[in-house]
Amino acid sequence: MAILIDHDTRIMVQGMTGWAGTHHTIQMMEYGAKVVAGVRPGKGGRSHLNLPIFDTVAEAKGATGANASIIFVPPATAAAAMIEAIEAEIPLVVTVTERVPALDMVRVREALKGSRTRLVGANSQGVLAPGICKLGVMATGSERPGGVGIVSRSASLTSEVVAQVTAAGLGQSTTVGVGGDAIHGLGMRECLELFLADPETDGVVLIGEIGGSEEQEVADYIAQVRPAKPIVALIVGAHAPRERRMGHAGALTIGGSGEAAAKVAALERAGVTVASSAHLVGRTIAEALAGAR
Amino acid sequence: MRLHEFQAKRLLTDYGLPIPRGAVALTADEAEAVARDLGTSPIAVKAQIHAGERLAAGGVRMAHGPSMAKSAASALLGQRLVTRQTDDEGQIVRRVYVEEGVAIERSIYLALMIDASGALVAVGGREGGDGVEERKRKGEFTSETLVLSVNEPIDPADLSTFIARIGLEGRAAVAAAALVEGLRRAFIELDASLIEINPLAVTASGEIKALDVKMTLDDNALFRHPDLGSLRDEVEGDRVKLSAHRDQLNFVQLDGDIGLVSNGAGLGLATLDMVCAAGGKPANFMDIRTTAKSLDIAHGFALLLDNPKIRTLLLNVHGGGMQSCDTIAEGLGIALRRSGRKLPIVVRLAGLNADLGRYRLANFGCAVIETADMGEAASRAVSVAAGRA
Repeated sequence: MAILIDHDTRIMVQGMTGWAGTHHTIQMMEYGAKVVAGVRPGKGGRSHLNLPIFDTVAEAKGATGANASIIFVPPATAAAAMIEAIEAEIPLVVTVTERVPALDMVRVREALKGSRTRLVGANSQGVLAPGICKLGVMATGSERPGGVGIVSRSASLTSEVVAQVTAAGLGQSTTVGVGGDAIHGLGMRECLELFLADPETDGVVLIGEIGGSEEQEVADYIAQVRPAKPIVALIVGAHAPRERRMGHAGALTIGGSGEAAAKVAALERAGVTVASSAHLVGRTIAEALAGAR
Repeated sequence: MRLHEFQAKRLLTDYGLPIPRGAVALTADEAEAVARDLGTSPIAVKAQIHAGERLAAGGVRMAHGPSMAKSAASALLGQRLVTRQTDDEGQIVRRVYVEEGVAIERSIYLALMIDASGALVAVGGREGGDGVEERKRKGEFTSETLVLSVNEPIDPADLSTFIARIGLEGRAAVAAAALVEGLRRAFIELDASLIEINPLAVTASGEIKALDVKMTLDDNALFRHPDLGSLRDEVEGDRVKLSAHRDQLNFVQLDGDIGLVSNGAGLGLATLDMVCAAGGKPANFMDIRTTAKSLDIAHGFALLLDNPKIRTLLLNVHGGGMQSCDTIAEGLGIALRRSGRKLPIVVRLAGLNADLGRYRLANFGCAVIETADMGEAASRAVSVAAGRA
């Protein structure tokens, strides 16, 4: 079993007819994911990759019973695509698009409030359940089914950690990229809750970095619930040059609280094992799982 | 994209920002002429650079009369100004803003920004002015926050509570309420990522005046504002960074001797951390975006190969679904052929098309030091740079 996606996930692709949409739709289908529809305003009624194309998300959902969407729409209209999917009550939406304007994401977050949608991203590589379903753009080949849940802010580090976990003789239940942008949908904490509730997930790897406060929120949550499952974290950016911000306001939101050392300290206080280097994550979670048995 | 004070003030007056009279000067003579036209005393002569805390660094000077304004301007123009928010080299002052002095009764802090939770907020503080940055560093800055909607005007009751909490009353409170709503509209219509007014001065007669404004625009939304794009100050901006931005890279110049190349910001930061932990000094941080083609990547490598300090390159790539090893290898090959520079290259390729990447490097005639994992790659690059190979 996995979190967020399973064998019954029926995927529609918003922006399927473009280069990225076409390429990754083929990749997802080759992995065995059930892609059932594409959405491209103005091209409704046609077909692409032998799949029906619809003008709107609501039509695609009504005709095919799609229960998840992945968005490859360019930045200028990505927010409209996300809001359309939220209004059509698609339960799970992954947005791959990068460089979505920040205020557009504020609007998307307002639309998410009280909705029935879980949004992953924007700027996310998506969700992968090895051997079950791929709703994303990540490379496959290193993953294998298993008990390690991975939640990450970085696509490239996720690929790296997946390979390390497999090399350590373990597998992954699900990998989730929450997205590389400051403002996104599903957070690390909510993702961790899902992993803790999932009986097939034995341990969790959190991949965080400098900036923002999500890692602190996760640490507070872990300190509060004290989960039995081992949790390993990697925080990158300890040696990044301090960004010089123009005013005081940047520091109010990011500043000292975003520093890697503070995140590491908060996680360690909560009982999380923090990997000492990025190349040791696989080994660290393997040891933590062995110790927990 | 950062704006200069004078640019931000000009943009925001359309949204009701009250500012002292003033004008930009490119020369000392112009500064003198502006001061004469203003006809008041004292006069503030302010260096226009993309960094705050100018006052403590001598970048804001008070002048009494046009001739003093002229000498203040000539002392600033063409000089490098180093503040706590610039790097050690500072920034060259190419313009000054000459502005009438204001008798300040009180200084308020007011800013609009998007907070960590992804909400648009107004942040206000009773005690604005020069000390804010320092108090923030000491954790002594207290502020009030009001969440703003992107779709609707601010609720008048919420707004007056916020205004009262930052210590404004009477005429000043009425004016400030209109200002906050105006700034909310400006923030949204201009796709700002920060508007900070510090100080917002309250005069003896209860007027409010924005004495300094810092404003940044969201780079990702500039496509909606072709007119605002022209406000980018190329001279002030970092040229290396700008050229990298055009080539789908994020690039930060550092002063070490190991050039780093990774795909993705996370792996890039991890590589930087591992090199530092092994005792090395990175020459840069570079993140190749997923949309970069091999020619974009070649431009990125050229930025590194042009840097004479660099003694070795470390290529740490984990090919993913959007960016494969061979594309990056091809970019490296192209850049090395163009530059003709020879230097040791430590390579760790994994993930999508790693073998094809190695094959490409060999075809380009690149002599590389292959490593098995990224921990080994980092320590190897450090010993190569130190001449221990």
